[in-house]
Amino acid sequence: MTTLDTAPSTGASLRGARLPRYAPAIAGVISVAAAAIVGMSLSWNLAGMVILAVLIYLVGLTTWSRAVENSRAATDRLVTSLIWVALGIAFIPLVSLLYEVISKGAGQIDGKFLTWTMRNVVGQPGGIYHAIIGTLIITAGATVISVPIGLLTAVYLVEYSAGSRVASWIRFLVDVMTGIPSIVAGLFAYALFSLIVGPGTQFGIGGSVALALLMIPIVVRSSEEMLKLVPSDLREAAYALGVPKWKTVLKVVIPTALAGIITGVTLAVARVIGETAPLLIICGSTDSLNYNLFHGQMASLPVFIYTSYTQPGLNPSILQNMAWGAALVLIVIVMVLNIAARVAGRIFAPKTGH
Amino acid sequence: MAKSIDVSDLNIYYGDFLAVEGVNMTITARSVTALIGPSGCGKSTFLRTLNRMHEVIPGARVEGKVLIDGQSLYDSNVDPVEVRRMVGMVFQRPNPFPTMSIYENVLAGLRLNNKRLSKSEADNVVEKSLQQANLWNEVKDRLNKPGMGLSGGQQQRLCIARAISVEPQVLLMDEPCSALDPISTSAVEDLIHELKEQYTIVIVTHNMQQAARVSEDTAFFNLAGAGKPGRLVEMNPTKKIFSVPDEEATEAYISGRFG
Amino acid sequence: MTTVTTETGSPKRRLGDLVFANLTRGAGLTILVALAGVAIFLTVEGAPALGAKSADLKGHANFLSYVAPLVFGTLLAAVIALIIALPLALGVALAVSHFAPRRVALVIGYMVDLLAAVPSVVYGLWGIGVLGPRLIPVYAWLAQHVGWFPLFAGPASNTGRTILTAGIVLAIMVLPIITAITREIFTQTPRLNEEAALALGATRWEMVRLAVLPYGRSGIVSASMLGLGRALGETMAVALVLSASGVVSLNLISSTNPSTIAANIALTFADSTGLQRNALIASGLVLFVITFAVNFGARAIVSRYESGSKA
Repeated sequence: MTTLDTAPSTGASLRGARLPRYAPAIAGVISVAAAAIVGMSLSWNLAGMVILAVLIYLVGLTTWSRAVENSRAATDRLVTSLIWVALGIAFIPLVSLLYEVISKGAGQIDGKFLTWTMRNVVGQPGGIYHAIIGTLIITAGATVISVPIGLLTAVYLVEYSAGSRVASWIRFLVDVMTGIPSIVAGLFAYALFSLIVGPGTQFGIGGSVALALLMIPIVVRSSEEMLKLVPSDLREAAYALGVPKWKTVLKVVIPTALAGIITGVTLAVARVIGETAPLLIICGSTDSLNYNLFHGQMASLPVFIYTSYTQPGLNPSILQNMAWGAALVLIVIVMVLNIAARVAGRIFAPKTGH
Repeated sequence: MAKSIDVSDLNIYYGDFLAVEGVNMTITARSVTALIGPSGCGKSTFLRTLNRMHEVIPGARVEGKVLIDGQSLYDSNVDPVEVRRMVGMVFQRPNPFPTMSIYENVLAGLRLNNKRLSKSEADNVVEKSLQQANLWNEVKDRLNKPGMGLSGGQQQRLCIARAISVEPQVLLMDEPCSALDPISTSAVEDLIHELKEQYTIVIVTHNMQQAARVSEDTAFFNLAGAGKPGRLVEMNPTKKIFSVPDEEATEAYISGRFG
Repeated sequence: MTTVTTETGSPKRRLGDLVFANLTRGAGLTILVALAGVAIFLTVEGAPALGAKSADLKGHANFLSYVAPLVFGTLLAAVIALIIALPLALGVALAVSHFAPRRVALVIGYMVDLLAAVPSVVYGLWGIGVLGPRLIPVYAWLAQHVGWFPLFAGPASNTGRTILTAGIVLAIMVLPIITAITREIFTQTPRLNEEAALALGATRWEMVRLAVLPYGRSGIVSASMLGLGRALGETMAVALVLSASGVVSLNLISSTNPSTIAANIALTFADSTGLQRNALIASGLVLFVITFAVNFGARAIVSRYESGSKA
């Protein structure tokens, strides 16, 4: 370890000069006022004034602290301020994004928007029913594929592998898999079905396979964590009753961990339901409703957003506005899933009766 | 239906580590045998070899013989799952299944082993087991409530009801009262008294008064020395152990001079 | 109940355990097979592109010169994203772990989760529809005043759809993953190390610098690599935001920008045929190899770190 910048001041007094508790507030008010005056006299826009205010605050507070306290305290104040500034910068985009999506999207959403398709709709707003249904079907397919594989793998890692080499490789590669780009998953599904079904095949199930590839690692890791949380007491209690291991896992361990597993799966669904790139490649897009996962191109919300915004046709504002509406619907679906995950965790949690 | 247990030259290993060495012991049917000794002396480890529960820990193995009514538990063709159906176990901390109601907890052993039970048979098993565990009167009106909602002592008696519902012949108890308050402890001790009419009971306990209160025979385990394996020092009728033990070490332990 | 020996080896139960154990192992191996399958199928379908002529490769002589500018663009966008995201993510992580009061930290945590939950296509929409236009005057200013600096040479884009805009959007998208991992590690700093620093009379920042940051160093490295991996493979935001012309250029604010592998695939896949598709798949394989290597490295650091901290 390195030594501190300066040795603690010698001398017996515990009382050093300190800035008052409200110093940051004073500095803040002064910075904002100063920036506003300068900004208005030079007719800057709001962004410029905010940046100026932050700079004045950083320099001012640090200088003040250095003058009254000492250089170490000044550094501490500077870094603390910088961290809050970083926090502010990091969340400006989130606030802006949510504001824009809601303000541009909310006006689009009405009964027609949610119940019509785009079939034979030209030059006027249609609906996104086909895309919502497509998204739900494709994601359901991905869930059906990924949950058994993911959950069984988690069971293998927790209950059966007992630190074997294969298990540590699986665990490691599952982690690496979380980093597979979604477009690569799409290409994988495309290449796979090109070889199996025929070149250029586009259908819903391909999208399910691609999304499953993205979901599996999330399901494995969250289920593994949940299974690990099941106390070994319960396994022993079952073994001591003469219950075979596989039944102990199926009837005692998994039910006990069920709440967490469902939460994890729901979050995994939320993560992939907004994926666009793989569906663009393997599912294509269509203006019509298609319930058949195994035949024909299938629309989905993310692809609808993308194609509507980038290929809006003759009257661009209609489809581009619909894209914002669809974006709002997609965000709402994701949020609902996130909330549902937490609610499900409570509903399925083992009851204590208290 | 209770059975006696004969243990001869039993060595217990975790991997290469010899945890317990050279145990010879005869446990009488329909009586309570207490295992006492300082922490880490291997009494719990030994208990778990009586229903092959130690095998749950990877690398654990035994040498020697354990016979229950003359049948060896460790023959190569013996299924540990079957052994555990015959030899029930109650653990240190109450561990009812959190996803199951009181009713389902009692039936867990039968249900999970695919026993087909009619509703009335199931009701009978539940009532009988809970009666035997002295819990029936306290829970009969809330059988469908979660088992985790009971108090600690009730949970432990529920676990005992669960263990005896499969009608084992031997009941192993691993410090069953160590997580309980004195009132619950006394309830469980009363229960042990009643159960020995039907079951062969082996109980590990840290509490010497408890050993003296509940058991007919007592076995004292101790480490042969620091870093050495645990071993059986002395086994005798409880009255004798607590008054005139054969061994100096037993005397020292019981009188509280060490451990 | 009858004797033990007569009931042993009951074949039904043995079978149950055997079947179930192998089922779970099979599921685990399926994952390994799937991962290998990704490499194999992309190779099989991408291989024909090696023999492709310039007509199928946008005028490039061979696959290598076709993919090289895309790799350049991919790396450039990801590096921009990382440079922007890393300091912000560290700030957010430190705020949560050490600087913010507990309740505020909780709110920040929710907001980071929210940031992670927004689908990439929505980020793309925001990038092209909101952020890009707002940055037009900034780019114009940069081109005018710091145009001597090669990164800002200009002429400034008048749509805002530049590689820098794409990098900013990517930065927002990788922020949550870097924050999540570094926050995790910062909160794991041994209390003793922190208290030792405080007991020496350190200020909070000195405590962080002396105890928290050194402890979390390898975690910061691997979190950055995971963020880089995410940025390298991110498709839709770039495809929407970037006005790409496939050049190799370090000019961050002009209207002629390098493209990325992922965006190039998304933008041209639908309209391509035959060997063009094989070339796109082959470029996807290149992307897979790059991201796999980055993630592999990052995870190797994390797992070494985890096993180290257990010891």
